[in-house]
Amino acid sequence: MTIRTLPDLEPNRPLTLPPQVERTLANGLTVIVIRRPAVPLVEVRLRVPFAGAAVATSTMLTNTLFSGTETLTTVDIAAELQTVGGALGAGADPDRLLVSGNSLASGLDRLLEIMAEVLTGASYPANEVETERERLIDRIEVARSQPAHLAREALLGRIFSGHPYEIQTPDVAESRAVTTADLRAMHDARLHPQGATLVLVGDIDPTRALDLAERHLGGWGGAGELVTLAPIPGLTSGPLLLVDRPDSVQSSVRIALPAVGREHPDHAALQLANLIFGGYFSSRWVENIREDKGYTYGPHSMIEHSIAGSTLLVAAEVATNVTAPALVETLYELGRIASVAVGEEELEQARQYALGTLQLGMSTQAGLAGLASTYAGYGLRLDYLAGHAERLAAVSRDDLLDVARRYLAPALTVPVVLGDASAIASSLEAILPVTVRPLPS
Amino acid sequence: MATTAIEIPRTRYPVERFTLDNGLRVVLAPDRSAPVIGVAVVYDVGIRSEPEGRTGFAHLFEHLMFQGSANLEKLAHFRHVQGAGGTFNGSTHLDYTDYYETLPSNALERALFLEADRMRGPRLTEENLRNQVDVVKEEIRVNVLNRPYGGFPWLKLPPVMFDTFANAHDGYGSFGDLEAATVPDAEEFFKKYYACGNAVLSVSGDLDVATAKALIERHFGDVEARPAPVRPDFDEPDLTAERRESYVDRLAPLPAIAAGWRMPDPATDIEGYLAYVVLAEVLTDGDASRLVERMVLKDRSVTSVGGYIGFMGEPFEVRDPTAFILQAHLPPDGNVDTVLATMDEELERLANDGLAQNELDRTTARMATHLLRDTDPVLGRALRMAVLEQQRGDAALLNELPHLLASVTMEQITTAAAALRPHRRASVEVKPGKGK
Repeated sequence: MTIRTLPDLEPNRPLTLPPQVERTLANGLTVIVIRRPAVPLVEVRLRVPFAGAAVATSTMLTNTLFSGTETLTTVDIAAELQTVGGALGAGADPDRLLVSGNSLASGLDRLLEIMAEVLTGASYPANEVETERERLIDRIEVARSQPAHLAREALLGRIFSGHPYEIQTPDVAESRAVTTADLRAMHDARLHPQGATLVLVGDIDPTRALDLAERHLGGWGGAGELVTLAPIPGLTSGPLLLVDRPDSVQSSVRIALPAVGREHPDHAALQLANLIFGGYFSSRWVENIREDKGYTYGPHSMIEHSIAGSTLLVAAEVATNVTAPALVETLYELGRIASVAVGEEELEQARQYALGTLQLGMSTQAGLAGLASTYAGYGLRLDYLAGHAERLAAVSRDDLLDVARRYLAPALTVPVVLGDASAIASSLEAILPVTVRPLPS
Repeated sequence: MATTAIEIPRTRYPVERFTLDNGLRVVLAPDRSAPVIGVAVVYDVGIRSEPEGRTGFAHLFEHLMFQGSANLEKLAHFRHVQGAGGTFNGSTHLDYTDYYETLPSNALERALFLEADRMRGPRLTEENLRNQVDVVKEEIRVNVLNRPYGGFPWLKLPPVMFDTFANAHDGYGSFGDLEAATVPDAEEFFKKYYACGNAVLSVSGDLDVATAKALIERHFGDVEARPAPVRPDFDEPDLTAERRESYVDRLAPLPAIAAGWRMPDPATDIEGYLAYVVLAEVLTDGDASRLVERMVLKDRSVTSVGGYIGFMGEPFEVRDPTAFILQAHLPPDGNVDTVLATMDEELERLANDGLAQNELDRTTARMATHLLRDTDPVLGRALRMAVLEQQRGDAALLNELPHLLASVTMEQITTAAAALRPHRRASVEVKPGKGK
């Protein structure tokens, strides 16, 4: 057979940012409009600062925000949105409440009108609140039977102890206690335009879209203090926390490491260090524990950014009988990247991946809307990406070794494993000191 | 409230189709609005075609296609795609297996080289096979064995609904069958099903048609010509009496139910078929849909209800036989008999009383948004075009689907609803076993 060689890449296409317009309304709402006419749709993201909101109440609030107004029922709201090919939904995390949706581009006017009606007049009808409460409680129970959810809860409890990020899912008793009055009070106190950002992306005329947003949402009022959370606590390493899940056929291995925010000088180098360690498929860790040893299916590591701080999270579901060997390989790869410079080719490959995925992330309406909304929450705009591309291009092997030593070293790890303790505790104890805890009931 | 029907917009992706001398079918859809491309190769083989005694083999083989090829070492495929700034994956379905990349458009030729190289021949070694059997077992543990509701209903409903091995077996595979797989099995599977005459290549996004054609000819033109095998007829007789099964899920905290009915062959009765696709949304798309309004919001007999076509929820990517599926999760004291009875009642009400034109219009408007949104990413477009070309010989149907769905009539919906009778239904119930 002919020996064929890999074709060279054509020159990189420049990172081109789509045109964007922005207006801050008198009520404090910032509206960002990005035109991407690829399909005749529009994507909508409304981000409202929600730090410090009680988790059970904010979860119930997002589940019932679209349950009715003075003039519209739940079904009316859904039907009216559907009429323009649209839908809206809400969710909350410890930093923000997010209303997101989409519709046919020709329906933007109606979509914003309904969104405004809900923001100014959600009525939280008692019957609908009760329905959503029961659904939420069932969902909490299902979530708490998922190993990935339980492992995350245990890790968050350990690394964010005492910080509002510690608990991100309400418990059943708290959810039962939320009243309609609590929802109205939280809506009045927190769901206001000050500091909020509305992002619209799609096949729309930017100026007209700004005007539509102003017409519908200019009358949204309410005011309250913007809550700023204390920075997340520094990580304190210690014994491996083993959460016992009897009869588990796999173990969920989680490790937290320190990280920095997007504007920190170490960010670009740390992003590349994380990629080379375990942050993409062609990483050392994935090639080791999946493609060489077959211990796991989908291992990954990622930097999770939140407003009060950033954390590097390492996660793998591994067969019970190889839990300890998988942990050994993980610590080995962390130790290796923290102590030996990476190869030039390895760095280049990770750099191209980071640059390429910036292009891919911006190539759809939904991708652009998500990026623009997320960055807006940190006071950034899409032009941040151009600077970030330059910073990625400048990272050297020395820079990478320097950040790996300071952020990825095994001595810095905070490890948690969820699995069958009777099968894995003794082998894990041969690697690290271990504390065993039962599953929370 | 006065509502007027909104106009369903149209996409106009230009679609170029041609066939190479060796039988490889190619589809191109240029769109220069962003500097990215989606590349997909779809082989006309899936779970239904795997040999008896080799459950899970089609999916295991998909893993082997990433383990090196004629001119590429193990791990090289991943590194070359990601080192060009791209992402990749593959997936195994009932009727096809796909391999795909999304990349910055300067990597077009590289992606074509990579796909052509494994079309010539993957490196089927004992070491790679054993390694990927282990990886697949972990995949099954993550997605099925260690998770509540694992495999529900896509692995649990087919054996209730169907009788032949092809349609009824577990597509993820038993550990025994996976472990028994051999390199010669893989070689035979490749030779039979991974012929270039059994594949469609599609590329969408930032490309020039003439340049792309030349590159495709250069890289795929000399792949050995092998014709497609004849696809068996997988059809089975419709049910004449209700079938009902249940099983205990030791991890699940709450009950659940899924029900399936046979529907028209999408290849020979597209109009009849699309009526079911719309009906599923009339029943379950959002709070204004029939079953959500009745069962979730009014009766509180379920916490969620969904309706869709095909065990993998891919209405435009399946062949006959396939199913119309309704599934629901129940509260702790929920009763599946009540749930099934309510579904029957609502189907009968729809069949007898019909629906309002604006109910139909708003449903198809939302469906148009979903369809257009699915194909906004270049990869979503490349994949759907490739499968439409393979299964219907018509990649350009992509541009027509929103309008075809919007042309479904009220009478077609009521006819479809009337056909979903209890005696034609197969259902499977999850009994919660957590803490028991």
